[in-house]
Amino acid sequence: MPIRSPSPSSFRPKTGVDQSVLENNRELLADIGRRNILRGSLSLGALAMLTGCDVTSDSAVQSVLRRVSSFNDRFQEFMFRPNHLAPTYSEAEVVKPPRFNAYYDVNDVAPVDGATWKLELAGRIADKAPWTVQRFMQLPEQEWIIRHICVEGWDYIGQWSGVNLRTFLETVGADLKAKYVAFKCADDYSGSIDMATALHAQTILATKYARQPITDPYGFPLRLRTATKLGFKNPKWITAIEVTNTYPGGYWEDRGFNWFAGL
Amino acid sequence: MRMRSKPLHPWPLRVMHWINALAMLLMIGSGWKIYNDEVLFGWLHFPDWITIGGEAQGALQWHFFAMWVLMLNGLAYLAYGFATGRFRRKFLPIRVTEFVADVRDALALRLSHADITHYNAVQKLLYTGIILVIVVQVLSGWAIWKPVQLSELVTLFGGFQGGRLVHFLGMAAIVGFLVVHVALALIVPKTIGAMITGGPKVDPPIDPDGQAPVIANSPTAP
Repeated sequence: MPIRSPSPSSFRPKTGVDQSVLENNRELLADIGRRNILRGSLSLGALAMLTGCDVTSDSAVQSVLRRVSSFNDRFQEFMFRPNHLAPTYSEAEVVKPPRFNAYYDVNDVAPVDGATWKLELAGRIADKAPWTVQRFMQLPEQEWIIRHICVEGWDYIGQWSGVNLRTFLETVGADLKAKYVAFKCADDYSGSIDMATALHAQTILATKYARQPITDPYGFPLRLRTATKLGFKNPKWITAIEVTNTYPGGYWEDRGFNWFAGL
Repeated sequence: MRMRSKPLHPWPLRVMHWINALAMLLMIGSGWKIYNDEVLFGWLHFPDWITIGGEAQGALQWHFFAMWVLMLNGLAYLAYGFATGRFRRKFLPIRVTEFVADVRDALALRLSHADITHYNAVQKLLYTGIILVIVVQVLSGWAIWKPVQLSELVTLFGGFQGGRLVHFLGMAAIVGFLVVHVALALIVPKTIGAMITGGPKVDPPIDPDGQAPVIANSPTAP
């Protein structure tokens, strides 16, 4: 039985393929290859974004996003209206108790002992003597019924009273031209706000909710309440305040949330 | 003197269209992730695999990055549309009688797509409508981003949660438009080609009263 020719087609060259075409157009071929790789990577990138793959953690993308977030900090600082008051509400609209929020569950709240609690002061402050609850209660009190808005999207109306932060900073001789006011908390939470917000009329160091001392889950004995920032910018169980020109960051901010977080 | 004929979609328009497409997908995907953290409707959670950003902070970073791209590109598009007269030529007039007739034809699958240089009344209404929806979407976005600095604006949307609801409904309208828009583009693929290469050459408008441009060299050309 005759073995069939490996090249049954009369159109197939007998001498193999002419390689000179490849040789003469090497550059063009390389270019086509590059273009395809580029095109492929573009559509892969688009696909990855559409499917929610973790592109965000890629360092180059992450660096761009962080830079835009810093730009958004400056933009929000620029559009902040220092004399514009947030809307206030009637006592009838106040939600009791307030809504709990922290980076852990409400059952894991470790109560702070008011008898031994001290507020430490640091940084650009003239009188750094620590404050006790008794001393704090002697400061003039003011009340705001304002909306708490969480970055997640929920909100409630709360009735907070305490000392105006500006009044407190003036009392202790803080440098009001410094950039940041930073807070440390009993639960290892930390946060910081810009000086313009610290000096806003509706920013207070709150000691009471609905005219009663703040209860443990909501920050006893001292927490920040500002009407012009998202909920996570209001540290609870404050144990130290620092006035500084060095960016202090914060618990959520260090994990990628926008620092200014203004409302 | 006759002016040079131009492609149906001049290059600035095509660039803006695709930038908008990308920014809009980023806004929708990251917005779904942000929504998931505090849903408006208990029955509606977006599966993680169609969201963008990974975790909440990543989604927020994408959202507040893409918003600048979307807004700046959108402003450029509006300026271009008004300045060149494209909106007037392409989208106007929208006549009720034509709209009814086109809807009837569309439902009977009789609507012609032979001439992609000319929008029918349904297209005119949808395109103008979606531009308005996106404008409202940007406004409701500003309102819920800055409910204190822009407290007057958030009041207009019925408060913070009202603003969130408007922002959600705006998203739903945009996604609805996108489904129809992409489906129709796939049915008439030359429209996709035209949005990439520019499409057929059309004569520049000669008549300032807003007469629609006509295909170059066509027998009806003046």
